Amino acid sequence: MFDFKIVTSWIDNLLRVDLGLDNFWTLAIEFILVGVALLAAYALIALVLIYAERKICAFFQCRIGPDRVGKWGLIQVIADMIKILTKEIIPIKRSEKLLFFLAPFFVIIGSFLTFGALPFAKGLHAIDFNIGVLYILAVSSLGVIGIVLAGWSSNNKYSLIGAMRAGAQLISYEISAGLALMTMVVLAGSMQLSTIVESQADGWFIFKGGIFALVAFVIYLIAGHAETNRGPFDLPESESELTAGYHTEYSGIMFGFYYVAEYTNLFIISAIATTMFLGGWMPLHIPGLDGFNQVMDYIPSAVWFFGKCAFCIFLALWVRWSYPRLRIDQLLKLEWKILMPISLINIAAVAVAVTI
Amino acid sequence: MNESFLIVALVTAMVLVIAGSVIALIIAPKTQNEQKGEPYECGVLTRGTSWLPFRVGYYLFAILFLMFDVETVYLFPWAVVMQSMGVQGLAVVGLFLAILALGLAYAWKKGALEWK
Repeated sequence: MFDFKIVTSWIDNLLRVDLGLDNFWTLAIEFILVGVALLAAYALIALVLIYAERKICAFFQCRIGPDRVGKWGLIQVIADMIKILTKEIIPIKRSEKLLFFLAPFFVIIGSFLTFGALPFAKGLHAIDFNIGVLYILAVSSLGVIGIVLAGWSSNNKYSLIGAMRAGAQLISYEISAGLALMTMVVLAGSMQLSTIVESQADGWFIFKGGIFALVAFVIYLIAGHAETNRGPFDLPESESELTAGYHTEYSGIMFGFYYVAEYTNLFIISAIATTMFLGGWMPLHIPGLDGFNQVMDYIPSAVWFFGKCAFCIFLALWVRWSYPRLRIDQLLKLEWKILMPISLINIAAVAVAVTI
Repeated sequence: MNESFLIVALVTAMVLVIAGSVIALIIAPKTQNEQKGEPYECGVLTRGTSWLPFRVGYYLFAILFLMFDVETVYLFPWAVVMQSMGVQGLAVVGLFLAILALGLAYAWKKGALEWK
């Protein structure tokens, strides 16, 4: 398979040998390239997902969706983005100004740092810690701080209720998500994302791990949908009761940051599910069918990764437009009385099964 | 190398927010209006402040979260080396998990998991 290390080492070689730059400038240029690439991917994925959501939601509801700007409405999202940039940022009276403008930083930083740690394809992996899974859980929960700050600082009762609900929901479901990922760490014996992907070369964990992986996968998907404030779990911004929840008072591009972060978080949840359960960028291999495996190897790793992500994202959209919203007591009951005991039993069972 | 990429990602995220806000501040129109800065409350003027005492239910869940989140952090190192720890490690962590499950059962029995 094509290894993206070739490209990175070629650029490194080009800068060092052919252009004769010293160490400092080589690193500086490489860092800028990485930053620009991450930023471009981040924005592009958010745009694609916003378009996909609008179009797929329209088809679920027997509508056409955006179709005026560009063919099939393809440029609609870009037009919306330019529009949102030209909208005024309205400061709210008697609000905590500093915290109000600080909150989008936390939300964007939380999702961006997680985004940088995803293994997109073979060798295409910016941040690869040996504590990768723990790192992802840690930085992705930075978003909660931003959401609670946003709700608290805007001096709006809707925002405050939305933020409190978001806080309770996000922290509760984080535990199930963490325990589900831990099940896979037990099977892989490593927390490094690249190692986890490599260990799925002879079979994805969802097939290899049997019933434990399946249970963990379902729990992770439910918890993931809840962590992105989507689907039947959109209590923090339930528009029929709370206007827009924690971002009611945000206008223009400040609202845009929350919007972009919501969609990239959806992608991140799908990407983590892909990496941990569906084999990341590993192609589908069936033991015994060598010819089939060879053919599968010819499909580039990025196609595998994004294809599996698209599958998970489609599942999320399907769930979102199929189920009615939960109440807050049902939401907390689902987590603390159903998902959490099941995850604890699951992790104990997988530990016993692996040891014996 | 990884640590420097972390800083690169952090700086890029900050640049994204700052650049977006600055561009919006430059090109967006600005108008002043008495009503404009009021917090939104279905069109009527807001009464009082929003920073009021809040219900204690959320606080209980925050405490429970703290307990189980710290537990997750403790369990992760064990999950990595579990395969080489054998039966002894399993027994020790089984005890740890049992104490935690007992805590959850206690909270359940006391009604801390109910939303009243």
